[in-house]
Amino acid sequence: MNSSAKIIKVSIVKTYLKNIFEDIGKATLFATRFFKEVVKTSFEFKEFLWQCYAIGYKSLPIVSITAFIMGLVLTIQSRPTMAKFGAESWLPSMVGLSLIREIVPVITALICAGKIASGIGAELGSMKVTEQIDAMEVSAINPYKYLVVTRIMATTIMIPILVIYADFIGVFGGYIGYNIHENMGFYRYFSNVLEHLEFLDILPAIVKTFFFGFAIGLVGCYKGFNAENGTESVGKAANTAVVTASLSIFILDMIAVQITDLFY
Amino acid sequence: MTQAKPLKNKKTTTDSAETILELKNVCKSFGDNDVLKGLNLSVKKGENLVILGRSGSGKSIAIKCLVGLIHVDEGEIKIFGTDITELRNDDLNDIRVRIGFLFQNGALYDSMTVRQNLEFTLKHHSPNVSSAEVDEAILEALESVGLEEAIDKMPSELSGGMRKRIGLARTIIIKPEIILYDEPTTGLDAITSREISELILYVQKKYKTTSIIITHDMACAKITANRIMILKDGVICAEGSYAELEKSEDEWVRSFFI
Ligand SMILES: Nc1ncnc2c1ncn2[C@@H]1O[C@H](COP(=O)(O)OP(=O)(O)OP(=O)(O)O)[C@@H](O)[C@H]1O
Ligand SMILES: [Mg+2]
Repeated sequence: MNSSAKIIKVSIVKTYLKNIFEDIGKATLFATRFFKEVVKTSFEFKEFLWQCYAIGYKSLPIVSITAFIMGLVLTIQSRPTMAKFGAESWLPSMVGLSLIREIVPVITALICAGKIASGIGAELGSMKVTEQIDAMEVSAINPYKYLVVTRIMATTIMIPILVIYADFIGVFGGYIGYNIHENMGFYRYFSNVLEHLEFLDILPAIVKTFFFGFAIGLVGCYKGFNAENGTESVGKAANTAVVTASLSIFILDMIAVQITDLFY
Repeated sequence: MTQAKPLKNKKTTTDSAETILELKNVCKSFGDNDVLKGLNLSVKKGENLVILGRSGSGKSIAIKCLVGLIHVDEGEIKIFGTDITELRNDDLNDIRVRIGFLFQNGALYDSMTVRQNLEFTLKHHSPNVSSAEVDEAILEALESVGLEEAIDKMPSELSGGMRKRIGLARTIIIKPEIILYDEPTTGLDAITSREISELILYVQKKYKTTSIIITHDMACAKITANRIMILKDGVICAEGSYAELEKSEDEWVRSFFI
């Protein structure tokens, strides 16, 4: 009795691990295929532009709001602590640094994982389930190239742009938060932030967002493309896309931070 | 060796006059579920072959194997004289552009209007075609299925039968040499079914296409079939014309015709 329960437990763990490694393997193959297809000629430019619009432009409102609130809240929250050390004048640059180096890239990417990865997962998943992807394939149109390459390219390019945009909005939020108690012009606030910002602060923060964008597109497409038959798998694809994309953003961020740390 | 094969076969494509499509001993299983167990069939040029079979007997799987959507476990599939089971995607696509496929549920692209659905394939394969020619082709195809007024609608605004007819329009617009119909009339009213069946016959005559039609609808089979095959337990268990099978000795075969 006891030993059979043990065997069942071991086998559950085994299949669980096997599934994870299988998934990682398949996703790697999926990503390899992306690089293979992307170097081939005849890029689906129109679909790519449409995806940039759908992914970038349509995410502006939510990205703006979150970035603004992050800047605002961070400033308001940090003020008492800074005041305790008599370092209130450092507030703008400290908030700016934390926003640009870490908070805005990660939070924006997470928001996009929720919005974009799930959207792509659901869209491709339902296309798969209703045989639209098969229909493309039998019409001799490469669905991977038309659907996947364009979307991954679009997220890889649009996420960094969104993050840079959100950086500005975040700093602006900080400015508003700072001026609740102080009275400082926007120009002075902004130059205060820039003064302590170095190239090495900005570059890694931007570079990692390309990887975030790639991960968001890849995970969304992979989950959608591999949806099984049946409508419930569409929901599952969208759901696991968000979870996996968010997780990979944290993992990528950890790796990125370790690498940047080497340069300091 | 496998790569040299299609090249060699391509030359023989033109002189394989009669048989245009051939399945030899095709097997396919999903896990323990053996769906196709040595399927053999051949279709001659210009012929309408109807495949009957109970739900779940593997009819859809069989025609999906024909276009390489599903890879067979075993066996040979020759289309235009080329064995497609070993082909790489690029070579397979050369064959796919000559084949039309009507999906069981239409499989219209949800994010596109009817017009975009129809022009999608057309524009992809011949980007230099003028928009006037494209419009003409779209109108002609829609006219054939009697749905000109739906041209600017989204698929979500169409009824099931309309989707199927648009799917058919999308299939015939590329003027394929072979058309595979997966249940073209299922879920339609008797009159529309009849219209679709006659449309299939009309397309066959007009474009000299070869067709495989999967159906449960005996009225459709009666109108469209030159020859009928019945699929059971993964193999063909009966074959003949409508009249022959109707008078078959086998009670199970006859039960289809009641
Ligand atoms: N992707 C799949 N994975 C596992 N089994 C499958 C898959 N697709 C189909 N099958 C199995 O193959 C069998 C045949 O399916 P198929 O869709 O070909 O039936 P059909 O003859 O077209 O039926 P219908 O008339 O209802 O459309 C079924 O038993 C089904 O369970
Ligand atoms: Mg079927």
